[in-house]
Amino acid sequence: MVVFFVVIPLLAAFLIPLVSKMREGSARVLAVLSGSLLLLLSIAGIFMIKNGSIVYSLGGWRPPFGICMVLDGLSVLFLLVINLIGFIALLYSWDYIKRYSSQGLYYTLFCLMLAGLNGVAVSGDLFNLYVFLEITSIASYALVAFGTQAEELEAAFKYMVLGSVASAFILLAIGILFGSVSTLNMADIARSLAGSESRKLILFCLGLFTMGFSLKAGLVPFHTWLPDAHPAAPAPVSAMLSGVVIKVIGIYALIRLVFNIFIFTPAISQIFIWMGIISMSVGVLLAIGQWDFKRLLAYHSISQIGYVIFGIGLGTPLGIIGGLFHLFNHSVFKSLLFLNAGSLEYATGTRKLQEINGSGRAMPFTSVSSLVASLSIAGVPPLCGFWSKLIIIIAAFQAGNIIGGITCILVGMVTLASFLKVQKYAFSKQAGDIVSKIKEVPLTMAAAMSVLALFCVLIGLFFVPFLDQLIRPATNVLLEGANYVNLILGG
Amino acid sequence: MKESGMSLIVKRITRITVSLIFMFGVYILLHGHLTPGGGFAGGVIIALSFIHLVLAFGKETAFKRLDQVGASIAESFGGLMFLGIALLGVFAGKEFFLNVLPKGTPFDLFSSGIIILCNIAIFIKVGAGLFAIFVALAIMRIPVDDPGREDGR
Repeated sequence: MVVFFVVIPLLAAFLIPLVSKMREGSARVLAVLSGSLLLLLSIAGIFMIKNGSIVYSLGGWRPPFGICMVLDGLSVLFLLVINLIGFIALLYSWDYIKRYSSQGLYYTLFCLMLAGLNGVAVSGDLFNLYVFLEITSIASYALVAFGTQAEELEAAFKYMVLGSVASAFILLAIGILFGSVSTLNMADIARSLAGSESRKLILFCLGLFTMGFSLKAGLVPFHTWLPDAHPAAPAPVSAMLSGVVIKVIGIYALIRLVFNIFIFTPAISQIFIWMGIISMSVGVLLAIGQWDFKRLLAYHSISQIGYVIFGIGLGTPLGIIGGLFHLFNHSVFKSLLFLNAGSLEYATGTRKLQEINGSGRAMPFTSVSSLVASLSIAGVPPLCGFWSKLIIIIAAFQAGNIIGGITCILVGMVTLASFLKVQKYAFSKQAGDIVSKIKEVPLTMAAAMSVLALFCVLIGLFFVPFLDQLIRPATNVLLEGANYVNLILGG
Repeated sequence: MKESGMSLIVKRITRITVSLIFMFGVYILLHGHLTPGGGFAGGVIIALSFIHLVLAFGKETAFKRLDQVGASIAESFGGLMFLGIALLGVFAGKEFFLNVLPKGTPFDLFSSGIIILCNIAIFIKVGAGLFAIFVALAIMRIPVDDPGREDGR
């Protein structure tokens, strides 16, 4: 079953160019169909791993000789993030993307991106992980440039150059590792490295991986492409990029490697913690002065990814729970905010907060869902963002990291200020005379936003069962790092 | 009809070499499981033969054989074929990518089960894909002023 996470979107991606030549509208039907199948499959995945993780060998070749796919707690969490946000973004695209020409191309690229993301999340082979990572990256470069205006092409070019640098570093590290241990199966690499004496080689590879994946994740100081690339894309793609792509090809790949292949040492912990603290503070300080709604959100993504990597970097069970929980929550509310920004742009034709000027009032779905998302990201109880930030802050103080804990609190306050500004200018300010000309967005867009807003509230209210069902299995995979080898190679 | 492309000498030579290049590509493809090469290399060579046609005869003549729409359809078809071959194992009730066909005698032309079929699928995809990339780079132009949106903003 595991392989269908990759097969379904690939099938859709190759079928769409064929069918969309016959009927333009069939592309979106196919894409939404594959998105909903993937969502159902990822929900089924939660129950499939109840009796232990699943290892799937491609072509019947057992690992370490063949390529394998692994479905464990961490993969299931990320698959759910990918396919939930992917489905919502496809639903939102249904009406939104009608403004652009060549819809078939859009849905093809979107499905390829989903295939790549799902592949990264289930892959048990280091080179396969790299291939899927490149599929995701190349599809997202093209999607950022989809509007083909000067600004979008420039952003996509910048994204492509820096993304290729990151990929080159990752490929170099994979090459060095392969040269040293002669295997590409992740579990087999972990087993070989555990008995290896070459500390310098491991450190060098780890440095290359950290740099490459941090660039993909947009952590400070590797963040410069992110505030250009994320706002330039069409809104559903921005939601995918900020909500999912930076997490899966950045954070997921990094923590899978660090926790399950290498060993999580105090030195790595310090690197993660400080990258987290710097990303948090720099991201939010750059965000507060922005007037472009989507650019402001992009800077907040850097800041919130800082929370995630800080929480995971603490290395304590509570810290990892907080980090992963915040990762899930961030994907929900940040996607929602990007969809809100897309709706405002759809209705008013601008992303500048001063020009929107209270006209969001005429759009009830957009304004209510954006209020929920803003309060969530700012960490106002009882919405989902509050609990995850609280867990991270408690974990920081428990681990004795006073500076980090205080930074988390301060950054949370600045975030709140920043989103109060958004709410004031976009929604609650006395509306100008353009308000009579705008109307609420079409039904599918409103539905997509409402579902995500509902998720923000529901996860906030029922966070305990959510943590038990989804976050704890994922945390256990990271904490029992060496168990990964026994799982795949059969101990 | 207006003459396009390069001089008569180039055209005459191209007419001879293109078919040879094409045949060499098919040879590389069909012996992919026996000698170095395979679907990717064969596909690149086939794409080169089409590019050769474009360079020598101009785009009109070459596009009569394979235009951009045709290349796009062929590329999608190649991808679907590869996926379909991989799914044969699932339909047989076993693993994805399982080699379900009889393997034959090693070093025979028709041996190695699904590998030769996979090579053919890769061949179609790579050949059509590379040709489409060439067409996109050489011929398509995005006007600077056209925003590419229907509402004209």
